[in-house]
Parts: sequence; C-alpha cells; structure tokens
Amino acid sequence: MGDPITLIGKWLESLLFGWGLNPGIISLIMAVIGVVAIASAVLLIDILLVWVERKIVARFQDRLGPNRLGPFGLIQPIADVIKLLIKEDILPRGADKFVYNLAPILALATVLLLWAVLPLSSTIYGTNLNVGVLYIVAVGAISTLGIIMAGWASNNKYALLGAFRTVAQMISYEVPMVIALLVPVIMARSMGLKDIVDAQSVWFLFIAPLPALIVLITSIAELGRAPFDLTEAESEIVAGYHIEYTGMKFGLFYAGELLHALTVGGIIATLFLGGWRGPGAETYPILGVFYFFIKAFFLYWVIMWVKYSLPRIRIDHMLNLNWKFLTPLSLAILIVTAILDKILPRSPGAIYALGMLAANIIVGWITLQLLKSNVRRERKRVGEPRPVAQPETSAATITSQTSSSSS
Amino acid sequence: MTAIQAIFLVTSVVILGSALMVVTTRNLVHAALWLVVALFGVAVIFVVLNAGFLAIAQVVIYIGAIAILMIFAIMLTQRVAQDSGPQTNPNWVWAFLVAAALFGGLTWLLSAWSGFTTPLPEISSRADPLRQLGQALVSPNAYVLPFEVASVLLVAALIGAIMIAWDRKVDKGD
Repeated sequence: MGDPITLIGKWLESLLFGWGLNPGIISLIMAVIGVVAIASAVLLIDILLVWVERKIVARFQDRLGPNRLGPFGLIQPIADVIKLLIKEDILPRGADKFVYNLAPILALATVLLLWAVLPLSSTIYGTNLNVGVLYIVAVGAISTLGIIMAGWASNNKYALLGAFRTVAQMISYEVPMVIALLVPVIMARSMGLKDIVDAQSVWFLFIAPLPALIVLITSIAELGRAPFDLTEAESEIVAGYHIEYTGMKFGLFYAGELLHALTVGGIIATLFLGGWRGPGAETYPILGVFYFFIKAFFLYWVIMWVKYSLPRIRIDHMLNLNWKFLTPLSLAILIVTAILDKILPRSPGAIYALGMLAANIIVGWITLQLLKSNVRRERKRVGEPRPVAQPETSAATITSQTSSSSS
Repeated sequence: MTAIQAIFLVTSVVILGSALMVVTTRNLVHAALWLVVALFGVAVIFVVLNAGFLAIAQVVIYIGAIAILMIFAIMLTQRVAQDSGPQTNPNWVWAFLVAAALFGGLTWLLSAWSGFTTPLPEISSRADPLRQLGQALVSPNAYVLPFEVASVLLVAALIGAIMIAWDRKVDKGD
C-alpha cells in the first residue's frame, strides 16, 4: 500500500517474465516505460503550468487572468496549444534549416533530462546517479548550446544578440551556482540527489540559508527570467533568441521555459527543502510525490513573485552582481562550510546544524556590512559636485582650462 | 553480441562519422556543432566503461566550455562562417603521411598490448569510484602533486587573462 507505482512496476515485470522474455530485455523495456511515463507526466504538468503562470501573473498585476473557458479558465491552456499548433510555420530567409529546427527540440529536451535524477519519493526516482549534482550542471551546458543554435540559425541580428547575452549570462552565473551547489554536497557527503535527500533530517535550508539563496538567484539568472530577462528584453532586442520562431516551435521554447522554472523549483526543493520528505512520506512513498510537488510549486511561485515584482537589471549590473558579489560570497561560504564540516562533530546533529547556521549568519552579517560601506562610498562618489557643461566664450579660456586641468 | 557491444559499435560509428563531418563540412559553425556530436559520443563511451564522472566532466568541460567558446570565436570573427575557399593547402600530402604514420604506429603498438584479451575486472557495487577518485587526487601517495601543479597552472592562466584584459586607462585618468 502507499506505493502504487512500484506495485505496477513489479506486476509488469512479472507479467513480462511470464511471457518468457529474458531478464536483460525486461529491464530494458521497464527502463523505456519509466522514461516515457516520467516524460509524459512532466509534459502534462507543463500544459497546466501555462494556466498557473497566466493566472498568478494576473493576480500580481491586479487582473483576473483567463476566466472564460471552463471553470477558472482551466481549459485555456488547451486553447493556447491549439492556437500554437494551427499557426503558420515560418522559416526566415537565409536561416540554417536543420539547426533552426533542432534548437527548440534541444531547449525542451534538456529540461526533461533533468527529471532523470530528481527523486520524486523514497522509491520513485529515475536513477541515483553518483554524480547527480554535476549532471544538473552538465545538462545546463547543453541547454546553452540550444540557445546558441537558435540565435545563430535564425539569421537575425536581434536573435544573435539575444543569444550572446543569454550565453554570457548563463556561463557567468554557472560559476557561483556550482560553488554554492557544493555546500549541500559537502553536508550530505554525496553528489547523488537521493543521498542528499536522505541526509536532510534537518532541511539544508535551515543549516545553510546563504547557499540556498545564492542557488535561487543564480537559477533565476540561468532561467533568464526577470530581473535577469535582458536576454529577451522587449524594448532592446524584441524577443531575443526566439524572435523568428512561430507556432509550435515557439511553443516548445515557451513550454521549455515554464517547465525549466518548475524543474529549478524541484532541484532547489531536493537540495535544500528536503525533497520528498514530510510527515508520513517514509511509510507511504506516494505522499512523498505530493510533498515534492508542493515544494517545487512553492519555489516556482517564489520565482514568479520575483519575476513580476522586480524591474529588469542592466547588463553591467548583472555582470557586477555575479562576479563582484555572488562569486566571492559563494567562495567564502564554501570555505567556511568545508572547514566547519571537518571541525564540528556530526554525531549529535544539533551542534552541527547550529554551528553551520551560526557560520552562515556571521558570513551574511559581514557581507551586509561590506555592502553598506560600499553603498556609503558609492553615494559619496555620486553625490560629489561634477563638472557642468558651460557655454564656452573664447578659445583662450579653453586652452587655459585644459592646461590647468592637465598640470 | 551483447548490448554493450552494440552500443559501443553504434557510438563509434557516430563519433567517426561526425569527426569526418568536422573536417569536411564547409560551414564552420556546422563543423563546431559536429564536433559537439563527436565529443558527446566520447561521453557515451565513458558511460559504457562505467566511468560516470568522466562522462559528465566530458560534457561540462568539452561541450559546456570549449565547444561554446569555439562557436563564439567563429561567430564573432567576420565572415569566417561563410568561408568558400579551398579546404586543403599544398601541405596535405605531408599531413596525410604524418597522420597515417601515427595511426599505423599506434595500431602496431596496441596490437601487442595484452589489455584487449584480458577480461574486465568486476567492479563491486559497494565501491564508490567517485570517492576513490577524489581521495586519490588529494592523497600524497597518489596524484596530489600533479593535481596541485595543474591548479597552479590554471590560476596563473586566470591571472594572466585578467592582466591582459585590464583597462589601465582608468588609473591614468587622475
């Protein structure tokens, strides 16, 4: 009881064995069925996400959102999909046809790849890869490739500019993200996501709030969502890398973006919010799936909250935030965590957890003090009187001014 | 033929085919994308060899960093992407001879190697190869010295890049 998916799996396995297939082929068939089941379930959730996104953005902007089709507008996403399907498919002149068509597939498929390592419950997971965290980073690298392909193959200067911006942003924000991801790895002593969830008798969010925050910020940047949506800034480069795509090809990019946001929510939930953990999830694994999706959707809501509350960040501010703030901070917190992990005893979990939390608070406090002094310096610099342009009267004054300024 | 052998054969064909496309295709961006396919095939070979960490590292480093850097370099270089000149120069005979000699030499060396005939040692499912690799990298008895030398080299490269990119005009202003 409480674990219907494993039961169905066992039943199918015995059925196939009864047909006299050899065990190697049975395990292959079971793996294929598992992949198809997870991918289909995730894509079905993706259709719902269109409704969730539109409804929540409407609440943030004091509107009602879709409310005509079905109860609460629940049939709206199906109408959206039908609209996308019957739209004309346009291939821009001079576009690279093969690469152009491959890019949207890559954009959605890489997001689906991430679900292979996410543990949905104690018994329901794709695989407990021993390099799970690194796998997430590697899949991110492939999704960058999809965006480059879309931007280059469209034969459009705005698409190419958008692709450049996206790649600069994704490559930069990968650095603090990877460093911050190492903190839960150190605490759980494993890179496998299932092991990391198993190690979270106390959620890592409470032990390591700073890395959790860094991972959230960098993940939003990887997603290219506001305030980091300068990759598709409408006022500057129209729509970025997917400007030339129409119909369902655009739909794949859109679905990929929405699903990526939920997937990032799932990854952060797994790494910092205890994944499937919750009351009764050990005995009834199906409850774990429920808890997992509650946490993932909560983080998805947080990402949307940030998206619809903050204005777009400027490109130099975006790079400064990454290289001058997030990267040093994540390096500092990684060093502190690694040293404390060796010093603190692990057997009474309370000392370990409290020590880590105290270290996080101290590092956070120091960061805030440094930021404050930086702000004071910047305010002073900006507040200083600056040379004002004045009408020049004669050439003599100009030469005297330049000579006096150079001396 | 086992499933592993079938996967190995298919992957090898894909790697060799895409490697051939890298050097024969006229469009440089396409060449870089074919290179990505070839590198991905190598990652699959690592997975077949039970080296999950190396496979992921292959994807992160070669596809995530080097291939994207190359695509950028090609896209930012004017009109290189539509190069229509000849694909070989008069030195191709020498290049062919050197390549053939290298291939022949390697084949001759490896034909005498006993590794092809010895069966694979069974890896116990309890052992964590990633943990062993990590400990070997920092153990004084194993690879700590090469590891540290490589780290110092990378730091030197980073500092060098910063020095090259440093905008000294800011200091001269006042």
